Amino acid sequence: MTSLFSKFDGIAGSLGALMEAGGRNPFSVVIEKPVSSTVGIIESRETLLFGTNNYLGLSQSPRAIKAAQDTVAACGVGTTGSRIANGTQSLHRELERRIADYFGRRDAMVFSTGYQANLGMISTLAGKDDYLILDADSHASIYDGSRLSPAQVIRFRHNDADDLYKRLKRLDGTPGAKLIVVEGIYSMTGNVAPIAEMAAVKRETGAYLLVDEAHSFGVMGEKGLGVAEQAGVGADVDFIVGTFSKSLGTVGGYCVSDHPELELVRLNCRPYMFTASLPPEIIAATMAALEDMAEHPELRTQLMTNAAHLHSGLHRLGLNASKQVSPVIAVTLEEIGQAIVMWNRLLDLGVYVNLSLPPATPDSRPLLRCSVMATHTAAQIDKAIDIFRQAALDAKALPAAA
Amino acid sequence: MSETVESVSALIIQKLLANPKVPRDIDGNCKIMDDLAFDSLAVMNFVMEVEDSMDVSVPLDKLADIRTINDLAACVVDLKNKG
Repeated sequence: MTSLFSKFDGIAGSLGALMEAGGRNPFSVVIEKPVSSTVGIIESRETLLFGTNNYLGLSQSPRAIKAAQDTVAACGVGTTGSRIANGTQSLHRELERRIADYFGRRDAMVFSTGYQANLGMISTLAGKDDYLILDADSHASIYDGSRLSPAQVIRFRHNDADDLYKRLKRLDGTPGAKLIVVEGIYSMTGNVAPIAEMAAVKRETGAYLLVDEAHSFGVMGEKGLGVAEQAGVGADVDFIVGTFSKSLGTVGGYCVSDHPELELVRLNCRPYMFTASLPPEIIAATMAALEDMAEHPELRTQLMTNAAHLHSGLHRLGLNASKQVSPVIAVTLEEIGQAIVMWNRLLDLGVYVNLSLPPATPDSRPLLRCSVMATHTAAQIDKAIDIFRQAALDAKALPAAA
Repeated sequence: MSETVESVSALIIQKLLANPKVPRDIDGNCKIMDDLAFDSLAVMNFVMEVEDSMDVSVPLDKLADIRTINDLAACVVDLKNKG
């Protein structure tokens, strides 16, 4: 009889080869204890964290910790129900109001994770005769949302507004609404969307625009609203989707919009309707972290200063690091074997980053994904750059004379 | 429209052969993922090139039914005729 698991033979082989080449399973690294936002205990050693999404360091915010403690004592640990049945407490509504107000939008929907926010919004908004037009390098949650939607799905070349325009023009005369989906900052490469150009295409073609600001919220723009705010095209964005699990340091997702029909989306959106709502202490911690973020714009300035520091340091070493400065900096290597050795050496020497292998990378090359925090010190960044130099030499990713 | 499955299939094979990693002896019955060792992302990226040559968009849900080069050619011809 056919084994249910034979489909995993390929990945089992790849994982075996990966562990043989480097000694570790890169997908099961355990942070035994977070010491601070920037340091964790891994393999019993203090390790510098350069591979989280905790851009503002708010996972350790004293205000958020206190809010969670007070709320858990007052409200208990969970809701046991979904948003449309028995899982909406006044805190959920309050968070929706605060998020909508922070963005200056009419309304917000709060989801239990960022993944579910994309899954829910994309699958619900795009119906049978509609078209979803996705950036080719979209996150898995966007692709999965498009698979859950009955709409026709078309990809355009990554960050290429002309290609987007061309593909929309091919649909001229077809019935059905068109929804463009792009991200603010792409999570693996740190590439920033040319959002003003995308917004111009949207205006010209009459399509709708959804922007996933998961990695750009709290990071870009004067108020930290993301790339659309930074580029001054917020008014062109119909739906902003985001997450609390990056710059705000908690968990949960949201969508904000000025379209009054968002209220009806709540009653059609399966990933919103059929899952338990966020626990009250998470809601309280998220609201407190949002206050931190609003009151401390200097965190964003420091974050970009730190990003520029790491970015220039990696370039100075001669590594093929991201072109744009953003809190996500990817070092692209030519060979998978080299990437495995270098990632293992970085961890041996005390720096944790993310190893990303094809086909999870945009081209067929492996990436070491680094992320920067506002709370990293200059000394921590210098130390990381130094360890990158040593690891790159050990992996023969740099010539020995460097 | 003048495109036929044969002519589109020939164009796809010509495009595939531009990639030195692709075996030289491919024909229309080759399975794109199994015989050419393309992963899912490589298939989607290759289809984009075909889309541009043929000035047509192949929705992603159609890809699920495409196994061979001829399947892809038939899909493109079908979409062109509808367009």
